[in-house]
Amino acid sequence: MAIESDVVVIGGGLAGATAALSAAREGAHVHLISANESTLRQASGLIDARGYPDPDADLDGDRRVSAPGPLVDPFAGIEDLPENHPYRVAGADALREGLALFDDAVGDLYRGGHTDRNALVATTSGRAKPTARYPRSMAPGVVSDERPMLLVGFEAATDFDASLAAERLSAAGVPFDVVGTTIAFPGEYRADAAVTRLAHALERDECVGSAHGENEGQGRTTRQRLADRIRPHLGDAERVGLPAMLGDARVEEVRADLSERLDAPVFEVPTGPPSLPGIRLADRLFAALDEAGVSMTTGMPVVDFESTGGADGDRIDRVIIDRNGAQIPYAAEQFVLATGGLVGKGLDSDRERAREAVFDCYVPQPDDRMQWSKAGAFADHAFARFGVEPDGAMRPLDAEGVPEFENLRAAGGVVGGADVAREQSASGVSLATGLVAGRTAAEEA
Amino acid sequence: MDLRPGADSCYKCTSCDTSCPVAEVDDSFPGPKFQGPEQWRLKRKEDTEIDDSITGCSNCMRCDGACPSDVPLSQMHNTARGEYVENQQPKLSREYIRNRILANYGTLAGLGSKVPRLTNAIMGNSLVQNVNEKLLGITAERDFPEFADRTFRSWWKQRGGPMVESEDKRIAYFHGDYANYNTVEVAKALVRVYEAFGYEILVPDQRCSGTPMFANGMLDDARRSAAVNVESLGDAIERGYDVVASCTSCSMALRQEYPELFDFEGTETVAANTYDALEYLLINENVIDPLSEVDADDHDIPDFAYHAPCHSRNQGLDRQAVELFRHLDGVDVADVGDSCSGISGTYGWKEEKYEYSMEIGEEMFEHMEHAEGQTGMTECPTCSMQMEHGTGYEIDHPLQVLEAALVDTDVEV
Repeated sequence: MAIESDVVVIGGGLAGATAALSAAREGAHVHLISANESTLRQASGLIDARGYPDPDADLDGDRRVSAPGPLVDPFAGIEDLPENHPYRVAGADALREGLALFDDAVGDLYRGGHTDRNALVATTSGRAKPTARYPRSMAPGVVSDERPMLLVGFEAATDFDASLAAERLSAAGVPFDVVGTTIAFPGEYRADAAVTRLAHALERDECVGSAHGENEGQGRTTRQRLADRIRPHLGDAERVGLPAMLGDARVEEVRADLSERLDAPVFEVPTGPPSLPGIRLADRLFAALDEAGVSMTTGMPVVDFESTGGADGDRIDRVIIDRNGAQIPYAAEQFVLATGGLVGKGLDSDRERAREAVFDCYVPQPDDRMQWSKAGAFADHAFARFGVEPDGAMRPLDAEGVPEFENLRAAGGVVGGADVAREQSASGVSLATGLVAGRTAAEEA
Repeated sequence: MDLRPGADSCYKCTSCDTSCPVAEVDDSFPGPKFQGPEQWRLKRKEDTEIDDSITGCSNCMRCDGACPSDVPLSQMHNTARGEYVENQQPKLSREYIRNRILANYGTLAGLGSKVPRLTNAIMGNSLVQNVNEKLLGITAERDFPEFADRTFRSWWKQRGGPMVESEDKRIAYFHGDYANYNTVEVAKALVRVYEAFGYEILVPDQRCSGTPMFANGMLDDARRSAAVNVESLGDAIERGYDVVASCTSCSMALRQEYPELFDFEGTETVAANTYDALEYLLINENVIDPLSEVDADDHDIPDFAYHAPCHSRNQGLDRQAVELFRHLDGVDVADVGDSCSGISGTYGWKEEKYEYSMEIGEEMFEHMEHAEGQTGMTECPTCSMQMEHGTGYEIDHPLQVLEAALVDTDVEV
């Protein structure tokens, strides 16, 4: 026997969650298997679709003619991308439909769905990142807004240097004045306190005892004291950015309270992992999956599979997960591979070649390993485009162009053909391919 | 065991610290990243001792699941804690004696359960509780768990062992100490449910799984217990039995901690053939169809507030009860969230940890009170204690709910 469902999705990141939701909404019973807690918990929470044009379009030989600027419209020019780009493979409407599914699942947690245009969101490193969707808590921080901005960092949160971020934003020519300052988070916490600890302190908003002086802060709550500490730095600022740790599920309550106390809208600046916006997004998407009746197993990797030969090629019968040595079979009609790329470990590599980790699907790559990369960290590396090459139903193809398995589809980072880091398109690729993989799987399940 | 590769895999993302329920409330606890890879590196230097903050870890093992890089955090913690207790903790200290007593609960329970009513009366006496707190550091805030009038093993023996014989469907039941001495009704529910599905049950010789011993760094005690268990369960496996446990900390110990800490012959075989009781049924039997025929309202099965124990979460089993009971009409099983219950076995019994334990549990208590059901459900005996302590609810095991739905109602399974 085995655990049975119509569709098994392997991978709990954005692509896996999208594929599972897409299949479930078509009426399939879906089982989502994730090797670890969702990688969304490490993610910034921003949903990019296409931030930059093909970075090599303006190269003359190896010489850059002009620095490509961020794209205003992520949809523009999709038809000019290479044929094997995931957006071309998944089809013309896939990105738009993927974003629509996302908007519906996350509801008012997100902004950006009102327009096709990218927003520019200020990051902790002082960049303006083009993004298609952004958490509501970041909305007052968009760079197109011209109100003067104050960025506030915490001594304990060392990965956000607010002054440096402000300087860089100014140097990049943003259309507003921006200054940065660093303050101590109110209350007595260890210097390296977990961000969730501080977030929950803001959410609970309890009275905190004296931290420095005899009576300092007595009878005042965490939020009151935080606002007190920010106020002297306000100057002309009409909006205030803080590292993204303004509460967990009740971020809007924290933000509204702080905004009222400072008489200026308060927003979050996306931080590195562990990321509260990422955690909130994971929680919201998994709640949507739960509502859609999706079954979920988290924390165990798929280590093996069983297949049989069929009329149209091989067919996967079941995948096997490893539960501390015990092998548990999961059977289904259709399978979706959403295990990520080289970073997410859906692709594995050694000194000989890069391979897809679960089913060993064909991954096109140069024979000579020296051709995998070029000099320079952000150069046009071949490895960045590594991944399986699917057909229009997102089925990975072998070297002859025939589907590896008749009932296996791929989505997200494991799909090759795009340098998502340079394009800033990782989330959009996950949404577009996840949508199509989930839908086509459900249709045939 | 060489922990070097594990330490090297850590890229300091601090996801483990974010997942740690103790670091969330206890500022003196530096978190799993320090206790694991960083402490491992520090103690490479010969004159560096293990930091005594290691005793603050409650062994919930949530950091294992949070790590995106497969760093064996709980293995590092168990190893460091064991070394700390062996080399640095004074053997005449109150803490050592108290922890040794808590870790070896099964030995005391064996004595106490010989005269259950007397023991219950003594342990329920507030004077005794205060003496326990003052003398030993065991909190007086909690009521000591009551002993059953008769242990499960004695019931099993009197019953004449298995009622069902089968050549191909055979399980060896690892009941652990708690279901033997205290929650005997959970063990009986397992027997009735599995026999209804046609399984021949073996109740093999066994000792404590070792979970409370790992958590207190008593690795010698744990090794002695594990040796008995691996031999006994290994024999059963050879005779065609699969091992099932009703407590998720017991199955966790047999599957993960034994192979990580010990290398008896057969350790890996036991790990690979051990299952949680509900998990095993769901893999091997059609539980859903018969369950779908039952209407809970006809059989007085209440709505439930379900808490997934950390050790079930670590085995990827945190969703199975909620997803299974969706198929039982007339029952609302609400998941009360992914927080730790806070008791973590012996942690919440320690006088100096009690307040932290309740602070960690606060989120679960709140969610339980907001849930429709006024009865709790969980797989873990100590989570069950904490749920009852924080809300006053009665707490059932999923096997008891299955028993009520499938065995007591004579549904064809």
